[in-house]
Amino acid sequence: MSSPSASSSSSFPSSPSLLHLAVALDGTGWHPASWREPVARPRELFTAGYWAGLVAEAERGLLDFVTFEDGLAPQSSLPLTPDERTDQVRGRLDAVLTAARIAPLTRHIGLVPTAVVTHTEPFHLSKAIATLDHVSGGRAGLRVRISVRPDEADHFGRRSAPRVDLHRDLAAQPAVTELFDEAADYVEVVRRLWDSWEDDAEIRDVATGRFVDRDKLHYVDFEGRFFRVKGPSITPRPPQGQPLVTALAHRTVPFRLLGRQADLGYVTPHDADQARAIVAEIRAEQEAAGRAGVPLHVFGDLVVFLDETRAAAEDRRARLDDLDGAPYTSDARVFTGTPVELADLLQELQSAGLTGFRLRPAVAGHDLPAVSRLLVPELQRRGAFRRAYEADTLRGLLGLARPANRYATA
Amino acid sequence: MTEPLKQVHLAAHFPGVNNTTVWSDPEAGSHIDFSSFVHFARTAERARFDFLFLAEGLRLREHAGRIYDLDVVGRPDTFTALAALAAVTDRLGLTGTINSTFNEPYEVARQFASLDHLSAGRAAWNVVTSWDAFTGENFRRGGFLPQEERYSRAKEFLATAHELFDSWHGDEIVADPATGTFLRDAKAGAFVHTGQHFDIHGRFDVPRSPQGRPVIFQAGDSEEGREFAAAEADAIFSRHSRLDTGRAFYADVKARLARYGRRPEHLLILPAATFVLADTDAEAEERAREVRRLQVSGATALRHLEFVWNRDLSAYDPEGPLPDIDPDTGEEHLARGRAQTREYRDRLATAREWRELAAAHGWSIRDLVIHTGNRQSFVGSPATVAAAIDEFVQTDASDGFILVPHVTPGGLDEFADTVVPLLQERGVYRTEYEGTTLREHLGLDHPDHPDHVRRTRRVAS
Repeated sequence: MSSPSASSSSSFPSSPSLLHLAVALDGTGWHPASWREPVARPRELFTAGYWAGLVAEAERGLLDFVTFEDGLAPQSSLPLTPDERTDQVRGRLDAVLTAARIAPLTRHIGLVPTAVVTHTEPFHLSKAIATLDHVSGGRAGLRVRISVRPDEADHFGRRSAPRVDLHRDLAAQPAVTELFDEAADYVEVVRRLWDSWEDDAEIRDVATGRFVDRDKLHYVDFEGRFFRVKGPSITPRPPQGQPLVTALAHRTVPFRLLGRQADLGYVTPHDADQARAIVAEIRAEQEAAGRAGVPLHVFGDLVVFLDETRAAAEDRRARLDDLDGAPYTSDARVFTGTPVELADLLQELQSAGLTGFRLRPAVAGHDLPAVSRLLVPELQRRGAFRRAYEADTLRGLLGLARPANRYATA
Repeated sequence: MTEPLKQVHLAAHFPGVNNTTVWSDPEAGSHIDFSSFVHFARTAERARFDFLFLAEGLRLREHAGRIYDLDVVGRPDTFTALAALAAVTDRLGLTGTINSTFNEPYEVARQFASLDHLSAGRAAWNVVTSWDAFTGENFRRGGFLPQEERYSRAKEFLATAHELFDSWHGDEIVADPATGTFLRDAKAGAFVHTGQHFDIHGRFDVPRSPQGRPVIFQAGDSEEGREFAAAEADAIFSRHSRLDTGRAFYADVKARLARYGRRPEHLLILPAATFVLADTDAEAEERAREVRRLQVSGATALRHLEFVWNRDLSAYDPEGPLPDIDPDTGEEHLARGRAQTREYRDRLATAREWRELAAAHGWSIRDLVIHTGNRQSFVGSPATVAAAIDEFVQTDASDGFILVPHVTPGGLDEFADTVVPLLQERGVYRTEYEGTTLREHLGLDHPDHPDHVRRTRRVAS
């Protein structure tokens, strides 16, 4: 709590002119017709090699991290219900396992799988992400999301989905607000479990026959409105201490989740003014949660169609829209243009307070290489992006210190 | 003409969180660094083992209300570790122990189906059950399951998972850019399950994986556990690593298969086995004695005596005589989160027997615990051990072994370098993998094989 200023980003030790870049991986890309492109390789979607190729491409571009989308139901073109479309990609692999499968094949890039917290166990997820951090040597993160989908609830049969009105702000509806409160508790448990082993708990003291110093293993004893969890974790503290916790947020209630529990939030401003307003609101939530001055990255999400000329990008987008039968829309701003134009936009949004960007490639096989091979060199020329990986851990790449253990007595 | 020799199946159990594992050995490495898992897995693959096996426990063990600190503590998440190991191996099967009590079928099925895709057909699931409220304290639902329902939940859990695996048939993904058809079937993955423990419906979201279903292991030894295995499992992880009990168990379980329309080769019996090797049998015996002494420190000996005495014996000298005081026959209250406490039902009789043994041999507490504990399954020169393993398999005491080395991560190296070549010379062990999937290594039919399909239909109807 060093900085009193809620809007300050001075707590980041990395150069303020540098921006951070991540890529969001989802199937063959974010455009629903992306699988029909010649570069798409849709028949390989369920192989390790496909994902290894994409992440290697992102690592070649020195990106901070990749995220892996996930859910607990097939993808759907409808907001709350399954569809029966046969002309889009349906089916996917578990994101945590996909990230773990790629970890030994990469060396620097962060790996951030998505996990639904509404239907899963914080104890299981905490040890899974801790293990991802162990197998990647400190490159794990986690993107949490809630689920309001009735189909996902029916797949578990343990609780019913909240009744929601799609015409109103979803997150502000009490039942959904409650799911976000539960998510905050969930992350609290995940984080406590990561700290439930002190770093030097393993002592291997042959003289006394003790493998661990049990005074350095801690019950987390979490008791909240939604669940209680005893601890400690079965998995020793991960290399980063606290792997990166991230969430996508569009409005006040999810901004509160970021303020309370996240290291990094993805937001969807459509211009610099919106970016400024969002950042201010998140900083206020951070302050309200007692975390003012704690490093909290705010990344702008953008869907990107990148080509050598704007006309080529626009043509490609139009062609994909034709194939899908509808114009592509997104919660995030959809950028269509050249790497130079995108670099301009990113720097403009950065000046409004964003610390980095998560780019959603419209076509993974096209727009991801365009990011790593065209956008990144452009940003490097401007002195706005790293020229080599400067740290071994994801927290290190993001300028975040390894946190002290909350249970350790100094 | 003689009958062809049975082939030996071998697998490797990553050293566990119990006192079989000797962490005090100067060669002992990390139990959590990925490099240890990589070393272990690559040794197993170099030796052409069928699979690597990871155990699981969902709460740290306790003794007298405190975390048990004398054995290795801490392990990775099973699924995540196996997925990472898929990246550093090509053929080795990846078997994970996953609990059917503190998980839900949809999530576990998508994790196993994903692991099977990500490993190109090498996933296996050791289905275990638990019921204790002690473990439940780490989960949202708490200790919700009555002990007598644990197998019924496990059975229904597995049946539900199979319905999810089978909800995709393998031919749905067309992905033809020209026609714009990604899926042949608009309802791919549709499922409905209504039962005592699970009432779920919808669409499974992982397409059919290379093995169709992961290979299923079962570890229970009870009557119920054996019957469950005979009906559902592809392999049993058993404890019977003695010839006589091994043959009895083998005959009993294989005889149960016919009533489920299965042949003996549809269920492999793979006991856990420990081993100590040296150049000569005499040296190996000496080394085995040393290892048992390392496995049972003075402090460990006292804790083990406390399992029987059910009272605090920390004031006793482990190198001294057994306590005169009798066991507390009241409610078990010292050890939590471990299976072996259930073995000591009659505490007074056990204590009497142990005192007599100790008096007759002049044993201290530590000597007693060492001598009454498990001896290593195989002790001897590589030739002796290879012959003993072969005898087990040829005489139907097992189909092979899941080896449990006592040192991490190098405890398998010597076996791979010395015993495996001798088994190969005997013509009972592969020199190269013939297949790519774990089912192929184990000689199991793919679930889409007609025999398998007929059987499953009959059980389901």
